[in-house]
Amino acid sequence: MPIKITDLNYVYSAGTPFAKHALKNVDLYIEDGEFWGVIGHTGSGKSTLFSHLNALTRIQSGVIQVDEFTMTGNGGKKLKRKNRPDFKALRARVGMVFQYPEYQLFAESVEEDVAFGAKNIGIKGDELAERVENAIKMVGLDYEEVRSRSPFDLSGGQKRRVALAGVLAMHPKVLVLDEPTAGLDPRGKKEILDLITEIKAALCPTIIMISHNMDEVARYCDKIAVMADGELKLTATPKELFTQTGLLESLHIEMPQVTALACALASRGLDVSGAALTEDELVEEILRAKGVTA
Amino acid sequence: MKDVTIGQYYPVSSPIHRLDPRIKLLAVILYIVAIFFIQKFVGFALVAVFLLAAVFLSRVPLLKVLRSLRAVLFLVTFTMIISVLFYSSKTAEPLWAWGIIKIYKQGLINAARMGLRLILLVLGPSLLTLTTTPTALTDGLESLLKPLALIKLPIHELAIIMSIALRLIPTLMEETEKIMNAQKARCADFDTGNIFKRAKALIPVLIPLFVSSFRRADELADAMDSRCYRGAKGRTRMKRLKLHFRDFAASFVMLALFFVILVLRYNWFGWAFVAALI
Ligand SMILES: Nc1ncnc2c1ncn2[C@@H]1O[C@H](COP(=O)(O)OP(=O)(O)O)[C@@H](O)[C@H]1O
Ligand SMILES: [Mg+2]
Repeated sequence: MPIKITDLNYVYSAGTPFAKHALKNVDLYIEDGEFWGVIGHTGSGKSTLFSHLNALTRIQSGVIQVDEFTMTGNGGKKLKRKNRPDFKALRARVGMVFQYPEYQLFAESVEEDVAFGAKNIGIKGDELAERVENAIKMVGLDYEEVRSRSPFDLSGGQKRRVALAGVLAMHPKVLVLDEPTAGLDPRGKKEILDLITEIKAALCPTIIMISHNMDEVARYCDKIAVMADGELKLTATPKELFTQTGLLESLHIEMPQVTALACALASRGLDVSGAALTEDELVEEILRAKGVTA
Repeated sequence: MKDVTIGQYYPVSSPIHRLDPRIKLLAVILYIVAIFFIQKFVGFALVAVFLLAAVFLSRVPLLKVLRSLRAVLFLVTFTMIISVLFYSSKTAEPLWAWGIIKIYKQGLINAARMGLRLILLVLGPSLLTLTTTPTALTDGLESLLKPLALIKLPIHELAIIMSIALRLIPTLMEETEKIMNAQKARCADFDTGNIFKRAKALIPVLIPLFVSSFRRADELADAMDSRCYRGAKGRTRMKRLKLHFRDFAASFVMLALFFVILVLRYNWFGWAFVAALI
């Protein structure tokens, strides 16, 4: 079942000189099985918007529907228990991986840390052990090697994987990732993104990824949402968005480097389409233009 | 950067906000001393009018200033009740008696005096923190305490510790919130269960918080080292505190108030009769 956000508004520190209208009338519809990319400048409200999805941010006004969970606002006040969905079930459904998730590790062993969320939703015994093992393997770590090590002894990239495994062990159906590649080297970035694609195929069909890297969203996402200044400016497919130069300019969005290169080549007279979004596409275009058949 | 307020600084521009923090600190000290000299209600009234004028000038909503009383409401009420109940006199007639409880007129007057004193004592300093950033306060304190460096007190070091601590409070709060959210997303439950369960639930927050605080302290030390920080020695200031005309004017008003209160108290020059006229 899909995610439906209707007319969502959010104001930080309402009624003080610091009041900040972080979300303005946001409407968004996300189908099951889609890979969404969310772009927008720092402070445009991306994190605020998606922290609503699993009720970490209380709705002030608007409605959010995630599968069978319906959440409405109460002017920012706490809802009575009977009027609100079961947060644990919701949070197990919508996994949230924050920016720099490695800073949330706390347990004595990797295994324990990964088990934390699953334990909290009441998974026990063999099933717990199995979920933990699978999650650690899924994020590409050597289970036998890392299971009893302290998470603080791992490398930065490994820590991030452990944190991701901790969310996966809860078997979410929607995964929200807030800048999952921030601070990684190019290879680490690619590894994490490929990992996300695997996770999408194997475990969690709907992915929402906040990112500042246009090449990433162009390559991996089905749909893109553009946020600016608390507003959801536009939703489009990567093709629709990145081929409209005027639109990109008006939204102050950069082109993916691949697309920029394709355009540059086209303007120098090479017969390639300026709509290439990924390296593979561009290579294919160039080969075609040069009359080489692979 | 997120706009997180530390303490209760109210960010508007006003003559009171612009006063030199040293003058404000000294004025508040004088204000507190003055309140202890007050005996007559006219003195309280005078200070209250002075305070109201200052609040008006500071453009901080009066309610915001009064809100600081919430913290001491219980203390004030409690003190007043105790002082009414425990006042006793051999000579005066009680206004009202019930068993061993006797209430005297003088007891009520004393309680009112005590209550007013406490309330005014809280309001003055809270106007100071509402109109002065913690950083400015630290600078002011450092500058005022500088003479103590002569007797080898590490004033500069204390001031820098304080400003770093103040600077880190909002960062730590932000960090705590982030980590709590991350653990909540993993279904951690912070607000049900008995006190032990809740304390235990905080472990997944406190450990990452400690880890990142130590990391941050290390990084800060490196950053300061690499910019040649060597303590107070030879260090100049970017923002030097400088007295302006308004600072002298404010000092004059404050001294005048203090003087009037002393006159009322000790009947210097026989001028306390003025109070009797009002
Ligand atoms: N806890 C908070 N308190 C006050 N303002 C906040 C808080 N969190 C975010 N904001 C403000 O809300 C706006 C949106 O922030 P955020 O959702 O974090 O944006 P993004 O994730 O797109 O960078 C920003 O202007 C930010 O300063
Ligand atoms: Mg963000």
